[in-house]
Amino acid sequence: MTQWSGYFGLILQGALVTIELTLMGSVLALIMAFLAGLGRLSRFFVLRALATAYIEFFRGTSIFVQLFWAYFVLPFAGISLTPLQAGVLALGLNVGAYAAEVVRGAIKSIGREQYEACTALNLGRWQAMRHIILPQALLVMLPTFGNNAIELLKATAVVSLISLADLTFQAQVVRSQTGNTLVPFSTILVIYFVLALLISWGVRSLERRMARGLDGVRV
Amino acid sequence: MEWDWDFVRQILPTLIQGVKITILATLLGSVLAAIVGLGIALARRSPNRALSRTIGFLAEFIRGTPLLVQLYFIFYVLPDFGVLLPPLVAGVIGLGLHYGTYTAEVYRAGIDNVPRGQWEAAKACNLNATQTWTHIIMPQAIPPMIPALANYFIAMFKETPLLSAITVLELMNQAKSVANTYYRYIEPITLVGAFFLAISLFSVVLLRWLEHRYGRIER
Repeated sequence: MTQWSGYFGLILQGALVTIELTLMGSVLALIMAFLAGLGRLSRFFVLRALATAYIEFFRGTSIFVQLFWAYFVLPFAGISLTPLQAGVLALGLNVGAYAAEVVRGAIKSIGREQYEACTALNLGRWQAMRHIILPQALLVMLPTFGNNAIELLKATAVVSLISLADLTFQAQVVRSQTGNTLVPFSTILVIYFVLALLISWGVRSLERRMARGLDGVRV
Repeated sequence: MEWDWDFVRQILPTLIQGVKITILATLLGSVLAAIVGLGIALARRSPNRALSRTIGFLAEFIRGTPLLVQLYFIFYVLPDFGVLLPPLVAGVIGLGLHYGTYTAEVYRAGIDNVPRGQWEAAKACNLNATQTWTHIIMPQAIPPMIPALANYFIAMFKETPLLSAITVLELMNQAKSVANTYYRYIEPITLVGAFFLAISLFSVVLLRWLEHRYGRIER
């Protein structure tokens, strides 16, 4: 009889690592998304070029290749990262590139009349962005950000391949120690699914909160 | 450590071996994803509630869990039930199932986009269900879907490095084994990244052309 309770503890530890990665990765992704998304809309050519290069580069290769690059190649350039740092870096930069396009699309979806109203009120570029455009664009971004966060959660499984003890890694440990494959893998599949449901539920309630009081304003 | 062109020349033949498997896996996976997606989309439209709900939930589940874990599941768990698959076959099934749940959404949008009048006209002409689907609905629904489908096939192509985790000898795995043999990571991993980046930049052009040729699905 296998001692399932002990193994379940291992899997729970893995779940904590996965959640930690997802949260830290999301924060980095959010920062990168706004930097690169606003960068692409900048007046300055250099900023636009930099943002476009970043987005194309990170969307063009998969998270797996980027993670290996960060973990195995960067040390030769003198930058040694722990698996957790490499994981957060690769996940954040990768998903951030996808989310940057969301930011850009949402800002562009705000109608011309809003910009004209800002000009009429003599608001500066930064003031208009901060007080008029972004608050409206944020609501447009939110649902897609939720999908991006779920993609990030799913991508965290890859870090198990650079020996970070996340859910998938722990499932492999349990598999090699017990010889049982069905139980560990089914368990983590369910845990991943529940986490994904939690994210989409959280984003939906956040959306409802932010949309409060906007009925009839937005079309 | 310096970039060494002689080493690049030495490992290139091995990497090209991997590229062949990568492309093969993508092509087979795309075909499977196209079929699975159509199956899911049709099942979700079925008047049989039990069938459409079950398939709908399964598709949600597959979309909410990591591809890597699904690959492990197919490769390590199924043998316990007597289904022993070669790595490449397991990988193709994993890719096909995972991306099938995404292409199903494309099919759904494409089918919903066929105007109601077409269904009514088909009925008026006394066509049965099979005739309606094959002669009226599908020929109109498929062309606008092509760019969106191609988009997912390109995404799948970028995810093929994951197959290295279940011992498929594709590009990433060849690169890893070369790197481990000579303990030189810079060239192999960077070449893999450059290869995927080149293909994906090329595919951006291809997608633009497809969108121009076939239009895109509104929604």
